Amino acid sequence: MNSPYITRSPSVTEIMVKVLAALIPAIAADVWFFGPAVLVTLALASVTALVLEAFMLRLRGRPVKPFLMDGSALLTAWLLGLSIPPMAPWWLIVTGTAFAIVIAKHLYGGLGSNPFNPAMVGYAVLIISFPVQMTQWLAPASIAQSHLDFSSILDYMFFHALPANTGLDALTSATPLDTLKTQLHLDKSMDAIMSLPIYGTIGGKWMAAAYLAGGLYLLQQKIVSWHVPVSFIGTIAILSGALHLVDPAHYASPLFQLASGATMIGAFFILTDPVTGPTTPKGKLLFASGAGFLTYVIRLHGGYPDGVAFAVLLMNICVPLIDAYTQPPVFGKKK
Amino acid sequence: MLDAIIVMSGLALFLGGVLGYASIRFHVQGNALVEKIDAILPQTQCAQCGFPGCRPYAEAIAEGRADINQCPPGGEANIHKLADLLGVEFKPLNAEHGEPKPKSVAYIDENTCIGCTLCLQACPVDAISGAPKQMHTIIAQECTGCELCIPPCPVDCIVMVPVESSIANWKWKPPMKEVA
Amino acid sequence: MRQLYHFNGGVHPPQHKDQSTIDPIRIPPLPEKLIIPLHQHIGSSAKALVQPGERVLKGQMIGQPEGHVSSAIHAPTSGKILSVGMEPVPHPSGLDALCVILEPDGLEEWIERVPLDPEMDPGTMRTKLKDAGVVGLGGAVFPSFIKLNPGSKNKVRTLILNGAECEPYITCDDLLMRERAFEIAEGAKLMQRLLGAEEVVLGIEDNKPLAIEAMKSAGGMEVVAVPTVYPGGGAKQLIKVLTGVEVPAGERSTDLGVQCFNVATAASVYRAIRLGEPVLSRIVTITGNVAQPGNYEALIGTPVDHLIRQAGALPGSSGAIMGGPMMGIDLPSTHVPVVKAMNCVIVKSEALFPKALDPMPCIRCARCAESCPAELQPQELYWFAKAKNFGKAQEYALFDCIECGCCSYVCPSHIPLVQYYRYAKSEIWAQEREKKASDLARLRHEFRVERMERDKREKAERLAQKSAQAKEL
Repeated sequence: MNSPYITRSPSVTEIMVKVLAALIPAIAADVWFFGPAVLVTLALASVTALVLEAFMLRLRGRPVKPFLMDGSALLTAWLLGLSIPPMAPWWLIVTGTAFAIVIAKHLYGGLGSNPFNPAMVGYAVLIISFPVQMTQWLAPASIAQSHLDFSSILDYMFFHALPANTGLDALTSATPLDTLKTQLHLDKSMDAIMSLPIYGTIGGKWMAAAYLAGGLYLLQQKIVSWHVPVSFIGTIAILSGALHLVDPAHYASPLFQLASGATMIGAFFILTDPVTGPTTPKGKLLFASGAGFLTYVIRLHGGYPDGVAFAVLLMNICVPLIDAYTQPPVFGKKK
Repeated sequence: MLDAIIVMSGLALFLGGVLGYASIRFHVQGNALVEKIDAILPQTQCAQCGFPGCRPYAEAIAEGRADINQCPPGGEANIHKLADLLGVEFKPLNAEHGEPKPKSVAYIDENTCIGCTLCLQACPVDAISGAPKQMHTIIAQECTGCELCIPPCPVDCIVMVPVESSIANWKWKPPMKEVA
Repeated sequence: MRQLYHFNGGVHPPQHKDQSTIDPIRIPPLPEKLIIPLHQHIGSSAKALVQPGERVLKGQMIGQPEGHVSSAIHAPTSGKILSVGMEPVPHPSGLDALCVILEPDGLEEWIERVPLDPEMDPGTMRTKLKDAGVVGLGGAVFPSFIKLNPGSKNKVRTLILNGAECEPYITCDDLLMRERAFEIAEGAKLMQRLLGAEEVVLGIEDNKPLAIEAMKSAGGMEVVAVPTVYPGGGAKQLIKVLTGVEVPAGERSTDLGVQCFNVATAASVYRAIRLGEPVLSRIVTITGNVAQPGNYEALIGTPVDHLIRQAGALPGSSGAIMGGPMMGIDLPSTHVPVVKAMNCVIVKSEALFPKALDPMPCIRCARCAESCPAELQPQELYWFAKAKNFGKAQEYALFDCIECGCCSYVCPSHIPLVQYYRYAKSEIWAQEREKKASDLARLRHEFRVERMERDKREKAERLAQKSAQAKEL
C-alpha cells in the first residue's frame, strides 16, 4: 500500500444516488401532471437497464456487483424514462434503454469510457426511428378530453389496447415546443399561439421548476459545478432574449424557452454527466454554451421540436478537442 | 464511355503527380533515418543482430536488408519503437538472434587473468583497461554487457555479473489495475 | 496585517495531532546500536571516514561530503564502530544502503565543540554548515548551505520559515516551536544574514496556537498564522500564501526573491554555528497505534523499533509509515534507522488505515483537478501514465506534480493516482539513464572505430614509406 493512506471522498455510488435523489421532485411533478404511467415507464426502464447492465458485465468478463451497485445504469434509465412520453408502449421503453445500455455504454467500454451520453443516444434512436410514438405526449390532466384509469393505461402500454370509444387523439396532445413549431409554420402570430389551451396549463413550468430544484440541490452538494448549467441556460436565454426583443411576433420569450422541453433536465442532469463532458472549467463553459446554441438553433430551424438531445450528442463529439484546447496553465506558469 | 476514360486517366495522372511530388518533397534523407534508428538501438555493439555493431544494423534496417526484430538487448520495447518509427507491424523478437537477458556487466577474475589483451581488442567500447602482461579490469559504468570479450579469453576468466538493483536505479511499480 | 494569498485546491483531512502533543519532547534512552546511513541527503553519498573497531567521539565526522551537492554525517554519540556495510534503510524500495554501525559506549564523550563567530564570512559559514551536516529537515533533506547561497545576481527579499506542518499526525515542528523558539529565532537570524534577506516571515497553520504564541515571543521575525489546509506546508504553497509568488517547477525560488526553510533546519543552523554541534539528532513524532504517542528527540541512526517500544505499540499493529498519511512511505521494517528526513513514524493498524478500496474506472469528474495545488489535470496525467504514454504525460507537466496525494484523497473511484505519477516519473528517469548510457556507448564505440581506422591508415602509411625507402636504396 502506498500514500496517501487515507481517502475521504464520496464514492461513485454516493454521487449517483444523490443525482437520482435530485430527480425525485421532477418525477413527482411528472406523476402529478401525467399520472402513474410515468412510474410504470421508469420501472420498466430501470429493470431493463439493470438486467442488461448485468448481462453485459458478465459478457465482458467484468465483476457484476460493484458496477451494478454504482447506480449509473439506473440513472441512465431514469433520465431516458423521463424523456419518453408517458404511456409510451413497452417496447419503445425497452428498445431505448437497451440501446443506451448495450450500445452507447458497454460497446464503448462501459462506465467511464462512453463518449456519448447513453440516455441521449437512446432518446435520439427512438425519436428518429419512432417519431410518432415519441411525440404523442399525454395531454396534461387539465386539458385532456378524456381520462384513462390506471389499468387501461397498462392495457395500452403493454397490449396496445384502448377502451372502446376512446381515441388516442383525445388523450394526447403535442408538447408546447411542438405546437409552437407547427403553429409558426402556419404563420400564426405569437400572441395567437400563446393563447392556445396547451399554454394555459402550468405543467411545463412546474416540471422545469422541479428539475431546477433538483439541480440546485446538486450544486449545493457540489456534485455538479456551476459552469455547465449557468453557461447552458445563459446561452439559451441570451439568444432567445435577443431574438424575442427584435421580433416578438415570431420568437418565443426566453422564459418560455427555459421552461419548455428539456432545457432544465439538460442543464442540470444531462450536460453535467462527467463521463461525456469536458473536465476543465473553461471547457465546461464552452461545451455547455455550444450545446445551448445548438439546442436553440434546432428548436428554431430543426426538424424536431426540441434539440437538447442532438445538441448534447453533437457537443459530446467535441469533448476531446475542447479538453485539449482548454488546458489551464499549471502552478507558476501563468502568463 | 470516352468521358469516363478521360476522367479516370486524368485523375490517375493527377494523383500520380501528387504522389510523385510528395515523395520528392517529403523525402526522408537516408542518413536521417539511420540516425533515428541508431538512436533507438541500445548501443551495446554486441553484434547479436548479425551486423558488426548498432550503426551497421541501423543502416541495414534503413536499407531494408534487416528486420526490426533482431536486437535482443533492446527487447520488445525497442521493436515497438522501431515499428512506430518505420510505420511497420510489430514482430516478436527473432529467437535466432538470442533472448533478452537481464542487464549484466562483465567481470574479470583478476587472479586468473594473464594479461593477454585479447579482450581489450574485442571490447567495442573500450571499457577494459589494461596493458600487456598486466591484469585487466572492466570499467563497469562503461560496459554495455555485449559479452564479446568472453570468447577470446584464453583462460576463461571473464564472467557476466547481473547489475544489482540499488536505490539509485530502483523504480516504482505500476499500480494495480482497476476493477474494469 | 500581512496580505495572505490563496492556492488552488487542497483538502482537509482529519488532523489526529492532539494525541502526540500532550507531553513535551521526550529523550529516549540510548539504543544498543545505531545504524547511520551515509546517504541521508539529496546529492551524492558521503564517503565513510571510519574503520570497524575504531572509537569515535560524539559529533565526530564519520562521513565526508563528496562533491558539491553533498553533506557530512557524524557520530551521534561516542562509541565503537562495529562495521560499515549494507543495511536496510527507510526507503520505499526496501533495498539496503551503506551504513555505519555504531555501538554506543554510554559516555557521550563529545569532540571539542567550537562556537563560531556569527559575524564570520558567509562563504566560510556555508562550508561549516556543509561540514555540520545541515540539511532540510522538513523531509526534502536538500543540503542547506546551497540554498543559503543567494548567488551574485539575485536579491533575496523574503526568508520564509516553514512551520505550517500541514500533514495529519505530524507534530514534531509544533513541539519544536513551542519548546525551542529561541533556537529557531537565532538560526533564522544567521540564515537572514547569509541570504541578505530583508524580512523573515514564519508561516504556522492556525491549528497550532501554542507554537504561534511561543514564536511570537521569541521575536526577530513576523509570525503569520496561515489557514489550515493540506498541503499548505508545501514550500511552493507556503511561499504562495505568504508572498503571492508562484515558483514554477524547475526554477529556484531565490530567482524570485524568496527562500524557504523548515523551522527545524533553522534550529540546526543555530546549533551548528553558535554551539559548534553538528546535526546528531532530530525530533520524530511516534504516533498511530501506540499507547503513548509523542515526540522524541532521537539520535540519527536510532532503530525505529527502539522508539516504538518507548511509545508502546498496541496490539493489531501492522507495519509503520514514515512521514504523514498523505505523502509518507511504508517502512520496509521497523528495524530501519531514524534518518534526517524522518519527521514522523505512524504505527499502522487495520482500524486506523483500512485497506484501500478496489479502484473503479475514472468517471472524469475532475474532482482531482479541483483539489490539485499544482493546478494540474490529474485525470489526463493518469490516462497517459496508465497507457505508458510518458512523453504526453511530460507534456501535461507530470514533473510539476508534488505528489501531495490530494487527487487520490478525493477520487470517488479510489484510483491510486499518485502511484501512477510516481511510476511514470521513475520510468522516465530510467529511460533517461538508459539513453545516457547508450549515448556514451555510442560515442565510445565511434571513437574506437575511428581510432582503429587511424591505426590502420598510419600503418599503411608507414609501410608505404618503408617500401619507398627500400626502393630508393
